[in-house]
Amino acid sequence: MGQIKLLQGNEACSEGALYAGCNFFAGYPITPSTEVAEYLARRLPLIGGAFLQMEDEIAAMAAVIGGALAGCKTLTATSGPGFSLKQENMGFAMLTEVPCVIVNVMRGGPSTGVPTGPGQSDIMQCKWGTHGDHPVICLTPAYVQEIFTETVRAFNLSEKYRTPVIIAFDEIVGHMRERIEIPDKGVLPVVDRTKPTCPPSEYLPYDDSKGDVPAMANFFEGYRYHVTGLNHGTDGFPVNASPRIHTDELRLMRKVEANKAEIIKYEEYLLADAEVAVFAYGVSGRSAKTAVEQARAEGIKAGLFRPLTIWPFPEQEVAALSARVRGIVVPELSLGQIIFEVDRCAKGRCKIEGIYRVDGDPITPAQILAKVKEVK
Amino acid sequence: MAFNYDQYIRGGKLPHIWCPGCTYGIVFKSILRVIDSMKLNRDDIAMVSGIGCASRLPGYVDFNTLHTTHGRALAFATGLKMAKPDKHVMVVSGDGDATAIGGNHFIHACRRNIDITVMVFNNFIYGMTGGQYSPTTPSGHLATTMPYGNVDPSFNIPELAKGAGASFVARGTAYHAAGLDRLIIEAIQHKGLSVVEIINACPTTHGRRNKFKSPTDMLLWMKDTFLPVAAFDKLPAEKTAGKFPMGVLYRKEGMPEYCETYYGMAERVRKQKEGRA
Repeated sequence: MGQIKLLQGNEACSEGALYAGCNFFAGYPITPSTEVAEYLARRLPLIGGAFLQMEDEIAAMAAVIGGALAGCKTLTATSGPGFSLKQENMGFAMLTEVPCVIVNVMRGGPSTGVPTGPGQSDIMQCKWGTHGDHPVICLTPAYVQEIFTETVRAFNLSEKYRTPVIIAFDEIVGHMRERIEIPDKGVLPVVDRTKPTCPPSEYLPYDDSKGDVPAMANFFEGYRYHVTGLNHGTDGFPVNASPRIHTDELRLMRKVEANKAEIIKYEEYLLADAEVAVFAYGVSGRSAKTAVEQARAEGIKAGLFRPLTIWPFPEQEVAALSARVRGIVVPELSLGQIIFEVDRCAKGRCKIEGIYRVDGDPITPAQILAKVKEVK
Repeated sequence: MAFNYDQYIRGGKLPHIWCPGCTYGIVFKSILRVIDSMKLNRDDIAMVSGIGCASRLPGYVDFNTLHTTHGRALAFATGLKMAKPDKHVMVVSGDGDATAIGGNHFIHACRRNIDITVMVFNNFIYGMTGGQYSPTTPSGHLATTMPYGNVDPSFNIPELAKGAGASFVARGTAYHAAGLDRLIIEAIQHKGLSVVEIINACPTTHGRRNKFKSPTDMLLWMKDTFLPVAAFDKLPAEKTAGKFPMGVLYRKEGMPEYCETYYGMAERVRKQKEGRA
């Protein structure tokens, strides 16, 4: 039957992590994400898991990677400035293919910005924040229940594809309390990393001969291997030579690119006959849903495309949408970021109109409805 | 019979990147002799490093090895140790890696007293990038970024470690290699955060710019400068200028170890919960 609870988004995230088998958290206090840490500080000791409040955000990201290499399912949670600080080590996890989950409860920025207000202006940073080319999976839940299920999914994708997964939601959803159902164990799938079956002497930690995701040995289990943030060969040791670097970086990207069908998830609401679409995620997606209902009540054929996966971007879906609507409205709590992706995919096939807001308040359904009417 | 280092070195991974005259090879061999003499199971050892010349060491050795980002080795190592408290986690770092960019992680690892062995290879310079001054470069020394002589005061790494709460602090040198074995053994045996500062020489980017005519001169400087702590302590104050003690400089047994304390707490609260249920 599961358990019915009244939880805050941040707490639901912690519950989702525990459901997925998270047994290691390292973090650093930062508003508005701190409740994730506080919740797990209470819960993890009870299951024999590790909880670490590190000396800074950088250390927290590093500890999470260390814990994951030792076989744990690991989580860190942060916001704005902390997310910036974690970027270098996130890139390390991407290149070394260490599964872990990073929660970014988005607040206003840049710099210290508006710690207690919502934001969606880290969304490009989620993709491009660390240096170099790298695969990114980033999930954008909008409801407390969804934060729970998407956190489970984040761990699963991370384990399956051996890559860090980011969950980005905003302060409003993080702090909002809603009724959620935590399903019984076994109802939602829980994925564990594929371990090697070969003898240790034959193990290649970055073997690409059997597919794009190599089997991952945990440290201390007899497979002694080398992990380095330098570009490396299939044996894990540094290489300086082309073409290996090029082909391996392509493989890293392909882990996500070739599996978009599984990774990309979205909600389509009243889109079938829509003439105007709203593309919105997170709290803006909630407002958009209300706006679409209000538009329908006035006889305007509006619909909502709400991505739960923002990276990889649902390119094909947005392209197809742009071909059948008159316009797409893109409300976001930034001065215009994700709209560029929508525009890139629409390729001029329909009007694209943004609604931007960075004053610490959410975009209202009325704002969206007005724009929908303009576009119609 | 000569000690067989090859048994611990990964096939095909030598030659190492270190320059002729670099003393890291001496320390490298000391670490391997120690691990062999302690009969540690190599599957149970993780060797973690950051960025720099010293940080390349784990790549050559047949353990679980992790070459991380600049300065962060101790934070990664803390994650490994918390996940598997019964394993041996060792960190190899340089003076810049451990005390500049990694200074915060260094002092906090010391404060937690987590059971990790930290070996800081102090060669007084950023070698890999070509000789920039580090937090341990002596005053007045020339570096590419102090072309008129270093004006930065320097860290005393053992004092820093002790002040931050490390429960075992030692200093050895590449010149005193036999004594170094003993120090590293004691550091690994110690339960808690142990720091061994290992004085090294970088002839290429430090020595030749600072009136050391040869790598040998740098080793002889170590011989003259570092005295066993008992001998150092007997020196009259006016004779200590320019001299430094080596050996075990500080040791406090019985300090709570971090993983034991954390998992002890976890066990206690779990039992309390079960008792109430």
